[in-house]
Amino acid sequence: MLPVFFAYFALVSVVSGVLTVALRNPVQCGIALLSLLGHIAGLFVLLNAEFLAAVQIIIYAGAILILYLFVLMMLNLKTEERYLHRRYAWYILGVAVITVELMLMLLASDYAGMKGPATVEVVQQVGNSTAIGILMFSDYLLPFEIVGVFLLGAIVGAIVLTKNPTRADIERELL
Amino acid sequence: MIPLSAYVAVSAILFVTGVVGVLVRRNFIIVLMSIEIMLNAANLNLVAFANHLQSLSGQVVALFVIAIAAGEAAVGLAIIIVVFRGKIATNVDQIDLLKW
Repeated sequence: MLPVFFAYFALVSVVSGVLTVALRNPVQCGIALLSLLGHIAGLFVLLNAEFLAAVQIIIYAGAILILYLFVLMMLNLKTEERYLHRRYAWYILGVAVITVELMLMLLASDYAGMKGPATVEVVQQVGNSTAIGILMFSDYLLPFEIVGVFLLGAIVGAIVLTKNPTRADIERELL
Repeated sequence: MIPLSAYVAVSAILFVTGVVGVLVRRNFIIVLMSIEIMLNAANLNLVAFANHLQSLSGQVVALFVIAIAAGEAAVGLAIIIVVFRGKIATNVDQIDLLKW
């Protein structure tokens, strides 16, 4: 049963990725991206990362993608007649060759490596989100705090960028 | 049991799709979406190796990547709104105010 699910999620996510890049209408691209994110979440479930799958759905599909669609529909971006860079279209050929080479290399590797302590059974005993939380608030505490400051900076930056300048601001700039 | 190389192959295909999108598309919201595809490919790789090596560190780092993607989307879309409001451009190749 597992290979069937994997084949479905992998195939649909690759197809939606290609559609996101290739479709002409930006809103349809957004919907294709939504499908991609959902199926990547399915792949996360197959990889025993249930908490990350939920976060993927809630944050990516629920917050980030809605932001994209909101901006798209608010700005009413027209569908362009010429929507590709013709100049760079030849690069696709080179990219395809590199991809095939990369795939052959990847499929031939055996991916040895030192195994960690978090086997599926150990994680199952406390639950996936508890195990991630314990790790995040002990070993990864400093990166976690840095991400918090980064998000604060992003919020302030987005507000400052999109704020309408008042008349007083314009006069102060002219002085 | 799905081999690790299958996940890595899916991730590689998605990453290359994102690179092609950034290089080829002219609409800059689609360029941002292609960057999201690349971040997702990286996340898939992190989680696949976390599962393979039986360590949760990959999942924690994938969470950080999602947070970074949220910040990037917010600031990127704010820049797009500013550029669009100033009637400067709707395509990436027309935004050349900073070009010397």
